[in-house]
Amino acid sequence: MSSREEILARVRAALTANPEPAPRIPRNYREPVTSERAELVARFVDRVSDYRAIVVECAQEEVAVRLAEAVPEGASVIVPQGLTYPVPGAVIDHGQSASELDRVDAVVTLAALGIAETGTIVLTHGPGQGRRSLTLVPDTHVCIVGADQVVAGVVDAIAALDPNSPTTWISGPSATSDIELQRVEGVHGPRTLHVIVVS
Amino acid sequence: MTGTFVGMPAFPEAARAALGNAQLRANLAAATSTIRAKRAAAVGELAGWEDLRLAGAAVKDSTLAKLDEHLLTLEAALTARGAVVHWASDAAQACELVASIAQEHGVDEVVKVKSMATAEIGLNEALASHGIAAWETDLAELIVQLGHDLPSHILVPAIHRNRSEVRDIFTSAMAAAGRAAPADLTDEPARLAEAARLHLREKFLRAKVAVSGANFAVADTGTLVVVESEGNGRMCLTLPEVLISVVGIEKVVPTWGDLDIYLQTLPRSSTGERMNPYTSTWSGVTPGDGPQEVHVILLDNGRTRALADRVGRQALRCIRCSACLNVCPVYERTGGHAYGSVYPGPIGAILNPLLKGVGVDQQTDSLPYASTLCGACFEVCPVRIDIPDVLVHLRAQVVDAHRGTAIPSAEAIAMKGAARVLSSSRLLAAAERVGGPVGRILGVGSSPTTGRPTMRRIPGPGAAWFTARDLPAPPRESFRNWWRRSGGRS
Repeated sequence: MSSREEILARVRAALTANPEPAPRIPRNYREPVTSERAELVARFVDRVSDYRAIVVECAQEEVAVRLAEAVPEGASVIVPQGLTYPVPGAVIDHGQSASELDRVDAVVTLAALGIAETGTIVLTHGPGQGRRSLTLVPDTHVCIVGADQVVAGVVDAIAALDPNSPTTWISGPSATSDIELQRVEGVHGPRTLHVIVVS
Repeated sequence: MTGTFVGMPAFPEAARAALGNAQLRANLAAATSTIRAKRAAAVGELAGWEDLRLAGAAVKDSTLAKLDEHLLTLEAALTARGAVVHWASDAAQACELVASIAQEHGVDEVVKVKSMATAEIGLNEALASHGIAAWETDLAELIVQLGHDLPSHILVPAIHRNRSEVRDIFTSAMAAAGRAAPADLTDEPARLAEAARLHLREKFLRAKVAVSGANFAVADTGTLVVVESEGNGRMCLTLPEVLISVVGIEKVVPTWGDLDIYLQTLPRSSTGERMNPYTSTWSGVTPGDGPQEVHVILLDNGRTRALADRVGRQALRCIRCSACLNVCPVYERTGGHAYGSVYPGPIGAILNPLLKGVGVDQQTDSLPYASTLCGACFEVCPVRIDIPDVLVHLRAQVVDAHRGTAIPSAEAIAMKGAARVLSSSRLLAAAERVGGPVGRILGVGSSPTTGRPTMRRIPGPGAAWFTARDLPAPPRESFRNWWRRSGGRS
């Protein structure tokens, strides 16, 4: 018998010997919480900055100025294809190797959505967001999120996302609590995270 | 079979040794009290916490009730998205599968995401015997690996080490494994994290093969989920050409939508954060993004044994958050090594016997007793595993497994005697007549907390029981005597 057949047979034997009906799943936790958009965005900004990410809110026409502030002077910058904002001097991703990305200082991307409750940005790696390594290897990540992309909680985010593309959920800069359970920002992912919330 | 740390004594002996280590106790007390406060704040912020616990338990239970069907759905969804699915009945099979995939690619090293499943099967040691180095990339796992140490916590395997111990390990051991620690390394946590970043970056950039576990496996979409903090997980899941994920068969959830429970409860229960810094989800192979060869090994290794235990199967709900460790009064004092397994603490005290079976080795049989049954573990469990109930159930199994052994234990003799006395009114009356006066003769003191009369010690084989406990002294007059004398009128 193959391992597959063996495991399935053991599962069936275990369940047949001691059957337990599948319980009903109470979904009360999905009761929608109604919030004004302004309130949602304020909570999002508050909670992103709790992780020691740098957050600014601005109008559409100010984005270029905010981007220039976020990207360090003289830094090398990469952007994904499909980024709708111009980033002066940036190289467009054409499949650079990880070692090449390691020599790039910063990356600018869009996001798929933001979660107010947890201060999370989620990337689904489509146009404007780039493949996964693009927002991982450079040390600074600047992420532009529309105020209208902010959802209330994890329930809304899961409902809105398509699992067929990879997703990356980012809550602040890379961090660890492995030494005496004290949070330290900055391990392997980008050590600086800028979030620009565009109204 | 799930490995026990080699040569590990049963819990009581190991605990006694650990309790003598003042540094360990100080490190643990500081760390667990920090994390308990953080968890309480993060959980208190969500109004519907109990609803999330109920839903989290129900989804896992309903999945387990049809586990065979969900596993077949998962296999089909993964295969349709370009992943290669393997099945491993035990640790040895799983390790062989990983080694043979690595060997096909001609590599002598792999990078690893922190994973309980691969720790459970002893993957690093197995790969080493094939001449393949497995580099741990989680900071705490790196500390354990470089220190030739054993993990002592599910989430923070190096919780027993303080910052200056970590600095010493990095300074002495990093050079032999790759890039050396900076010469002027201090014990500041930020500097230590920086040293790990520099040490591991060259490994991430050159690695061809990565090994991960998965926190969840979504059956209907073939999506695996890894929840982490540092970005080492993203490095391993994204940069290498080949990804091998070892996934316990109990990690399956039916639908993507079910993740809306666990992505709320897991981070708040484990690190006490609203959300962990990074969560990655992927479904098989994504053209042009990440590993183009993806293997998933579905691991049994005792899980079907646990599933067959009607009371114990709830342990398979566990999402490895480690909240139960952090609140456990026993774990806080003994630390994780005393449990002799990669799964320490309350969940380890039930999971190890359920995976390995009772009556097999003394160390595993000792674990269900490593608890005061205070119930704090159940209170914090985000999937409502009734750990005290399972502990009592397993204690009964341990007793049953040892019935009929040549030399009965002192406890078995005492219980047999008690059964005889308590089932005969004549014998019980006689015991009460003797018990009162004898109890008062034998070392009666008073309890320092309540002031009531207590027995502090008795001679003979029962003496061991009194080394850490007091017993209330028997009253001057038994209830029966009083009733006979007064007719119930006080």
